[in-house]
Amino acid sequence: MALSVSNAAAPDPALVALNRFGLGARPSDEPGKIAADARGYLKDELKRQDIALISADDPRNAGLLDSTAAIQASMAANAERKAARDAKATPATQPAADTADNPTHAKPVVPPVEADIYRDEAQARFDKALGAAPDFVERLVGFWSNHFCVSVAKAQIVRASAGAFEREAVRPFVLGRFADMLLAVERHPAMLFYLDNRQSIGPDSRAGKRRGRGLNENLAREILELHTLGVGSGYGQADVTSFAGMLTGWTMAGREGRLGEPGSFVFNANAHQPGEVTLLGKTYPAGGMGQAEAALNDIARHPATARHIATKLARHFLADDPPAAAVDRLAEVFAKTDGDLRALALALIDLPEAWSMPLAKLRSPFDYVVAVRRAIGPGAGNEPQRTLRWLRALGEPLWQPPGPNGFSDRTDNWASAEGLKTRLDIAWQAARQADDAANPNDMLDALVGASASAETREAIARAESKQQGLALLLMAPEFQRR
Amino acid sequence: MSLLCETPNPSRRTVLLTGGALFAWAYLPRFARAADRRDPRLIVVVLRGALDGLSTVGPFGDPDYAGLHGDIALSLSGHNAALPLDGFFALNPAMPAFARLFKAGQAAVVHAAATGYRDRSHFDGQDGLESGLPGPGNATTGWLNRALASLPAGDRIAKAGGLAVGPSTPLVIRGAAPVIGWAPQALPAPGDALAERVIDLYSHRDPVLAAALQRGLDADRLAMSDQLDTKTTKPKGGLDNAAGMRQSAQGAAKLMAADDGPRIAALAFDGWDTHVNEGGATGRLANLLGGLDGAFEEFEKGLGERWKGTAIVAITEFGRTVRINGTVGTDHGTGTVVLLAGGAIKGGRIIADWPGLRPAQLYEGRDLAPTSDVRAVLKGLLADQFGLSAAVLGDKVFPDSAAVKPMRGLVV
Repeated sequence: MALSVSNAAAPDPALVALNRFGLGARPSDEPGKIAADARGYLKDELKRQDIALISADDPRNAGLLDSTAAIQASMAANAERKAARDAKATPATQPAADTADNPTHAKPVVPPVEADIYRDEAQARFDKALGAAPDFVERLVGFWSNHFCVSVAKAQIVRASAGAFEREAVRPFVLGRFADMLLAVERHPAMLFYLDNRQSIGPDSRAGKRRGRGLNENLAREILELHTLGVGSGYGQADVTSFAGMLTGWTMAGREGRLGEPGSFVFNANAHQPGEVTLLGKTYPAGGMGQAEAALNDIARHPATARHIATKLARHFLADDPPAAAVDRLAEVFAKTDGDLRALALALIDLPEAWSMPLAKLRSPFDYVVAVRRAIGPGAGNEPQRTLRWLRALGEPLWQPPGPNGFSDRTDNWASAEGLKTRLDIAWQAARQADDAANPNDMLDALVGASASAETREAIARAESKQQGLALLLMAPEFQRR
Repeated sequence: MSLLCETPNPSRRTVLLTGGALFAWAYLPRFARAADRRDPRLIVVVLRGALDGLSTVGPFGDPDYAGLHGDIALSLSGHNAALPLDGFFALNPAMPAFARLFKAGQAAVVHAAATGYRDRSHFDGQDGLESGLPGPGNATTGWLNRALASLPAGDRIAKAGGLAVGPSTPLVIRGAAPVIGWAPQALPAPGDALAERVIDLYSHRDPVLAAALQRGLDADRLAMSDQLDTKTTKPKGGLDNAAGMRQSAQGAAKLMAADDGPRIAALAFDGWDTHVNEGGATGRLANLLGGLDGAFEEFEKGLGERWKGTAIVAITEFGRTVRINGTVGTDHGTGTVVLLAGGAIKGGRIIADWPGLRPAQLYEGRDLAPTSDVRAVLKGLLADQFGLSAAVLGDKVFPDSAAVKPMRGLVV
């Protein structure tokens, strides 16, 4: 064949800005105007200080708790639940299995504080994603939140603190320094709890000797494999074990408050593995908490980290298998700027591939659901439950990835038979909900603009109802792909 | 039926040899037999997160086991006694259905097994387990799909395609051969008219999405046809809880029991990464094992007559440390179990070249040393169930694996 993909026309710059980099158009956006200076449109957002933060000044966010308060609420609820269970338990009955499907747990006596906090945090995140334009920064928040994921399925304490974790450890740094985000994430109670470091004890520490307990290498391994260097970058089992020892003592203060304010991060010197440690060929002198901090600082600057982050960013914004030149460029910027994430965001916008490669990725479940909401407006009532249910149906419940590697960032994971069928169900529900929606033909012009294909235009024009036309628009390739 | 497995010999070093030698003669390509009335099915359950084989099937006969596996070791005495499978191994008591099948000669265990992957990354380990490729990389197709694609065109198994259960398609069954997807769900469905219009638009503009959506619609119609009602099967979460595992098996069994239904299926269950408070005979791992046991039982019930031609294999990316860690759990290890169940399985056996648990016998001083290759088990099943040749298996299905010989005789 003489034709090749490189001869294909470059995508509409408005769709690159709105879909590849953003969370999708709202009816008030004007693709035609955005196309005139799409790069500038994106870069303007990066100049705005604190753009990623969820504002506490907004009365809608007034009820959000910081992680310490959220964890304390969960601890108190947990203690009440335990007391209620103990009061009910009769010695003759079989020990109840602690699964969610056990009928004895069906009616909690104690109000589900954690579920309430989770719902409020979810609402705040959806509000933020539905709000500002163009929302490139909000896409970066989603990227980093998935990179440094925790899962609410781990424990009630994580359910209560996952939202605060994102607001405290991710959002403040998405246009800051990678090393700062790394440190904030790894010392956050939600992460220490999720990856089990809370209970990891140096075998030669005072606590280890007294209680005969020892290391849990989960956090150390995932920091090296997932958060920084990446798998196969040269570290070995000995490095994982060493690093796990360095991280001992990084924990959360318990309910009794012996080590500090309950639910807050503390360094427990009693549990810290003493002595100097060699990690990745470098020796770190004994030094309590500073030992692992120094190691994290070094790992954050490691060339393998730069390459790992560059590859993941390029995969997220360009293509499942991104071009090597783009990855090289991002890795170079990461290394040269010492992990300046604002510089990295600017470099992403300036990648020529971002404006020439076809919009071939599918929107991720979260981005699809948000794009649907942005298109049809916020739903009436029953929020955020409906949006949370959609995410669950698409296999990516909010803050609940299947493992510490987060949700997949590859199209073939989403373009499955079941995934497409579920998108159709969602498009239909959303279209039915938008009772007084505008004319779907006008919506197409507002959301996709001039580059909509003739077939899409015709399918929508011929729809048998407004609802059907709107559902077709929400299923159109121009709406699904980015 | 006797509870004894093939050799009560505590050294357990002879079983594999016997199996291989005994059954080699019986091999004939299945599809070469025109009069063959067999209707084989294969179901692959991927347990993501690394299953602790030593808490699933505990070697209570090994003198070092109880000491090393500590508080979570299985024991034949006490309140939640493990279910003895033979004089050496016992099953986690959360798995009564598997124990019953084992007793009836319809379930077997391969112990001290691992893939060829020796590092301890979940994600690379899962990639290798599911892709069947010799090393980690950007795999886009799985060995089960390539096996399906290797069947002769027109073969009824190939024609029926594969079934992927769950909201996303497990890598093991992704690839060129057609696969339908299905997951228990409860959203109000749009009418056929909208679906047809979307399919029509996609067929002009986006054939990849057209094919995926069409398969999703087909699967949904088939699965929802009668008693499997959306209200009763409302999922309670992802496939990392006992109820979800049971429900997905129930739906999959229904699809697979149909005359023209898929003969090959893949399911993925999450949640096996038990670093903290793993539990032994009860607790977190036992709850998950109970879900897996429920899935075996649902397949047995739902497949009815078809059960006798069915083989189910449950595999995981690697095992867990022999010693418990500082938080009464286990960290990433190497050797673990492969569980086999189904009417087609020549069961009642534990197939293990037991490596022992003395310090010098552990892999890198910490893990159960692998003595069987998971790929050999999978190749054996594919050869016995579908007649795939060793050459196809070693070349196409599991590339560059000719040295790993199929483990024959797993199937009746």
